[in-house]
Amino acid sequence: MSILINAQTRVIVQGITGRDGSFHTAQMLEYGTKVTGGVTPGKGGQRVHGLPVFNTVAEAVSATGATVSVLYVPAPFAKAALLEAAAAPLELVVCITEGIPTLDALEARTALRLAGIRFIGPNCPGLISPGQCKVGIMPAAIHKPGSVGVISRSGTLTYEIVAALSAAGFGQSTCVGVGGDPIIGSRFADLLPLFEADPGTEALVMVGEIGGQDELVAAEYWRTRMRKKLVAFVAGLTAPPGRRMGHAGALVGAADETAAAKIEKLRSYGIPVARLISEVPQVLRGS
Amino acid sequence: MKIHEYQAQALLKEFGIPVPDGCVAATPQEALEAARKLGCPVVLKAQVHAGGRGKAGGVRVVETEAAVLSTAEAILGLTIKGLPVRKVYVARAAAVRSEAYLSLLIDRAISKLVFIGCAVGGVEIEETAKTSRGRIHRLELPSRQDGTQAAKDYAAFAQELYKEPRLAGEAAGIMAGMARLFRARDCSLVEINPLAVTGENRLLALDAKILLDDNALFRHPDNAALRDPDSEDPVETEAREAGLSFIGLGGTIGCIVNGAGLAMGTLDTVKHFGGEPANFLDVGGSSSPQKMATAFRIILRNPQVKVMFINVFGGITRCDDVARGLLEAMQECRLAVPVVVRLAGTNEQAGRDLLAGQKLLVASTLEDGAQKAVELAHKP
Repeated sequence: MSILINAQTRVIVQGITGRDGSFHTAQMLEYGTKVTGGVTPGKGGQRVHGLPVFNTVAEAVSATGATVSVLYVPAPFAKAALLEAAAAPLELVVCITEGIPTLDALEARTALRLAGIRFIGPNCPGLISPGQCKVGIMPAAIHKPGSVGVISRSGTLTYEIVAALSAAGFGQSTCVGVGGDPIIGSRFADLLPLFEADPGTEALVMVGEIGGQDELVAAEYWRTRMRKKLVAFVAGLTAPPGRRMGHAGALVGAADETAAAKIEKLRSYGIPVARLISEVPQVLRGS
Repeated sequence: MKIHEYQAQALLKEFGIPVPDGCVAATPQEALEAARKLGCPVVLKAQVHAGGRGKAGGVRVVETEAAVLSTAEAILGLTIKGLPVRKVYVARAAAVRSEAYLSLLIDRAISKLVFIGCAVGGVEIEETAKTSRGRIHRLELPSRQDGTQAAKDYAAFAQELYKEPRLAGEAAGIMAGMARLFRARDCSLVEINPLAVTGENRLLALDAKILLDDNALFRHPDNAALRDPDSEDPVETEAREAGLSFIGLGGTIGCIVNGAGLAMGTLDTVKHFGGEPANFLDVGGSSSPQKMATAFRIILRNPQVKVMFINVFGGITRCDDVARGLLEAMQECRLAVPVVVRLAGTNEQAGRDLLAGQKLLVASTLEDGAQKAVELAHKP
């Protein structure tokens, strides 16, 4: 079992004719993901890895019955692509693209939300339900099917932790990289209810980092609403204090937390926090 | 991206927000000319990307022309939080009856634009905000813009800050200007502190701080033109121009990592085993040979570096690309320090094969690599 994507999930790729889009379409196909087609405006009728390319998301969705779209569209064009996805009958939109202007992300997030479409990213590695479906750019080989859910703000740090989990015998139900930008479609706390409801997930690993408050919001949700085990890792203990946004960051009540403060607060909620990446499996085992 | 106060003031003015008349000066003579044009008293303000300018002596009121030269010279000779003052802003001084605080920013916790206001502003705003006089007012902007509703919301918010209807009206107009500026120029923060009530009972934005969205520079050449390379660490500028993210940390182990999260995790691991990282360096998503070479150069230039630790977990980045970049960089730079390399993920074996036979220490895991690097750094 898994959340958001499984072996039946049908996927289209926006930006399929680009360098990254084409490369990762091949990788997703190789993993067994049901990629059914792609979209690049003006290139309708072409084929990429044997898949049909459409001019619009609407055409692609109606021709293929896809419910998920993954975007590798370059940042300057990402907003238009996301707004197009928001107008289509999709269930999930995953945006890999990094470097999208914050106001564009805000507008796209609003449109997808109003359309009732779940949004993951931008600036994220995507998500994978090992053995079933991969929608993103993560190296497939480090994952193993299993019952641990992983949520993370980082890409490569997640790979490191997933590799450690797999090596220790902990397979994963679904791993989701939510993205590192200030404005993202889904935060940790938005995904926790899905994992709690998923019979295939027994425990969760949250991979956080310095800055923002998302780990603490998630911790509060976990304490009041969840039964499944949650352990955490927080990167950035040695990071220099982040740039402050004038006085405004403090006044808005969203001051950036240091990693040390975050770790202390998570522990006070009863959430075990690993000190080293390699200790994550041990902490999960409860020893 | 940070910009200077004088640039921020010019942006406010462009969007109809009242600011004091002023000119920027790079020499005491230019400051004197500006003061003559504006008429004393004037305020001389150091233009550096650092807070606490006032406390460092970088903000001074000058009553007479006679004192401008010496004061400007003193300010232009200052170094504030490590940054030399190269420009001074000369602004006409205003009589101030009261000071408020007003800002517009993105509250990432709720994914919305938010106005923050306080009837009592000034440099001690964070302290004031903790007392009863310093009540903080918030206005969340709706996700979908509606001009008529926005005008009503601004008017209501402004009335919380100003009892006098005329001042409240002016404040609402300023808010509308800030919102237009924020959207038109892709800002991350527009902050006016203090927003003063002058002797003539008018509102005036005495100081401003504006941050611009780095991701939006591609569509704003006018924003990019506001960057002041003199106000940045030259190494960080070089790194940024090469597409790298670099922060100097002062230790002895030079680190090159792909991805910000893993870079932080790598530094934490190095520190855990008793080492001191020399830097944070994220090579980003794709590691072209040129990027690697620049990363090498930047790190090897630091005489404190005793060992280099490269940690790459390939995803979108392919380990064989990283290895090729490494080989190219090693040919280009004379290696005076040992290098520990750990490659994992996409095309890991191909990357390792390329590096076979080189004078490199290959590590199997992050921790193995960190321990090897720390050991080498501690060698006398």
